Amino acid sequence: MSGTFVGMPAFPEAARAALGDTQLRHNLAHATGVIRAKRSRLVTEVEESMPESGGWEALRLAGAGVKDRALRDLETQLVLLEERLTAAGATVHWARDAAEANAIVVAVAQRHQATEVVKVKSMVTQEIGLNEALEAEGIDAWETDLAEIIVQLGDDLPSHILVPAIHRNRAEIREIFLREMGKVGKPAPEGLTDEPAVLAGAAREHLREKFLRAKVAVSGANFAIAETGTLVVVESEGNGRMCLTLPEVLVSVVGIEKVVPTWAELDPLLRLLPRSSTGERMNPYTSTWSGVTPGDGPQEVHVVLLDNGRTRALADDVGRQALRCIRCSACLNVCPVYERTGGHAYGSVYPGPIGAILNPLLKGTGDPQTDSLPYASSLCGACFEACPVRIDIPEVLVHLRSKVVDGHRDDTVPKAEAVAFKGAAYALGDSRRLAWAERASGLAGRVMTRFGRTSLPGGRAAAGRVPGPGVGKWTSARDLPAPPAESFRAWWKRTDGGRR
Amino acid sequence: MSSAREDILGRVRAALADVEPDREPVVAPRLAVRPAEEVVDLFAERVEDYRAIVERCTPEQLAGRVAAAVPPGASVVVPAGLSVDVAGAAVDDGTLTSADLDALDVVVTDARVGVAETGTIVLDHTAGMGRRALTLVPDRHVCIVRTEQVVADVPDALVLLDPARPLTWISGPSATSDIELDRVEGVHGPRTLHVILVG
Ligand code: SF4
Repeated sequence: MSGTFVGMPAFPEAARAALGDTQLRHNLAHATGVIRAKRSRLVTEVEESMPESGGWEALRLAGAGVKDRALRDLETQLVLLEERLTAAGATVHWARDAAEANAIVVAVAQRHQATEVVKVKSMVTQEIGLNEALEAEGIDAWETDLAEIIVQLGDDLPSHILVPAIHRNRAEIREIFLREMGKVGKPAPEGLTDEPAVLAGAAREHLREKFLRAKVAVSGANFAIAETGTLVVVESEGNGRMCLTLPEVLVSVVGIEKVVPTWAELDPLLRLLPRSSTGERMNPYTSTWSGVTPGDGPQEVHVVLLDNGRTRALADDVGRQALRCIRCSACLNVCPVYERTGGHAYGSVYPGPIGAILNPLLKGTGDPQTDSLPYASSLCGACFEACPVRIDIPEVLVHLRSKVVDGHRDDTVPKAEAVAFKGAAYALGDSRRLAWAERASGLAGRVMTRFGRTSLPGGRAAAGRVPGPGVGKWTSARDLPAPPAESFRAWWKRTDGGRR
Repeated sequence: MSSAREDILGRVRAALADVEPDREPVVAPRLAVRPAEEVVDLFAERVEDYRAIVERCTPEQLAGRVAAAVPPGASVVVPAGLSVDVAGAAVDDGTLTSADLDALDVVVTDARVGVAETGTIVLDHTAGMGRRALTLVPDRHVCIVRTEQVVADVPDALVLLDPARPLTWISGPSATSDIELDRVEGVHGPRTLHVILVG
């Protein structure tokens, strides 16, 4: 049904296509701008309401502290979580990878002869390709979040963690609803307009039928509390509540990094997440449940604890902090690269700055698409400042870039940068060679200024687009100062240090 | 072949071989303390911010206000143990199916906790609140909150709540901003949230 990210081109190619899409760029700039403004108003409000206890920064430190505490003690926490979930009547499963997790969910659905499941928006089930795995077994997986329906019915890919259909405008959504809803259930009403409230109403009608008859639901979880065996789902529309409450069977796929040690430590996270994510003091609905409650909600509850690369990330002592991520998407909304390219260019369910570090950490380096991601950043640091759990994304980006470069040490065809840096090391390693190189660059400078169409502040000549392998790409977006005609060393020699 | 569980826990152990765990729970910073009346006022204001209907009344006025909150001719359902009598309401005995609930217009419930800072109401689905489906499927939720149930912020609520119970935290009516970021109230949950603050 919906597309997959498998086989996407590396970031630079994918980004070029996205940059050509002016509608997408307009929607993204608008969306990220609106959410940024809402978020920053609330951050100010927090600052003002707790002047004595350190404000937003202190809250961020607490959020990072809670997640770190869970991660640093993960084995104990996971064993405790399993014990408490089981005591509360849930069945706990463990999955090393996507295939194992999918097989567990498929088996549960098949045991109940389910031909369809309803789903709460969950990034982890997209990560493991659960919908495709269910469909391969003849089980329909219905996304129930409005944006996910738009994406699923449009046979499309999500482009933002929080507003996955941000690349679609209301007219396109109306067309998708009119064309596709009838093929898979209750058709869109006649006379459907493109008013957001009317479109939301059509989705309500379309899905209610599915909620009322579904036997099996699938969810993720925002948090899993070890001490009490409690899962937490944070949402807005009520589709989450529908899935978590009405069906007889509930399967929740939970990454092992979602653990929170104690009930009380939910506090900073529940205060940080909605403010950072949708820019609200609190999201409309948060559901928490611990296993099975007799007479209320699903009477068969499964929890799948998933690794799928998380232990690989955990073993990286710099990258480990990425597992603190609570998927709020604040880093996307402040990222100048994301704002222009959108989510698709990252070729993964995890786009933006967090995707640029999480994907290589989960999958390891070595694949050209994954390897291109740590470079999809200007290292401006805005993501770190926005992150509610203080993930130093630029630090991890730089760390991963060095890993990617290390991975290419033994390539038979060296990369352009590698050639340039080898050359630099050779020239800088010896003073005579350096003097020679500088004379050569002085000559080059005189040639280069002939290509120059620009000058830099201060009037110094600059090369516009410089021809040559590797250099052309770099200078197509930057002005390269032309090397001076005379080097410092030549000037010193000629003037005896300025005395002559 | 070792089990997935042993494998994963083994990898976790190996990844953290050089890491010391930290056994002290983290305590997050708190809001500056406000007088009780201010906290209640703030609660009303913040719930209203989400475009919910909010009204205040005395305990004596409550039954009348609840009756007035039900549109004429609407069908009403209430949970067992509700703190006020609602004329003509069906009492959920647990046998109503989801489809039955879908045919009802209004549900009236009590609440467990109100959170002022975030304008949130928490239900723990004990007596007076009913099972979770009851406050989800009907389109209008009338919720009675007592002023003494209102606390300042999230951590104050967490200590009063029992995590063994299913909990529903409600901050305004169901909403989405998925279409061009236009906020629309009411997708799948009740489209109208009507809060009656008593005391
Ligand atoms: S990295 Fe931080 S800012 Fe980005 S999604 Fe995760 S928690 Fe939010």
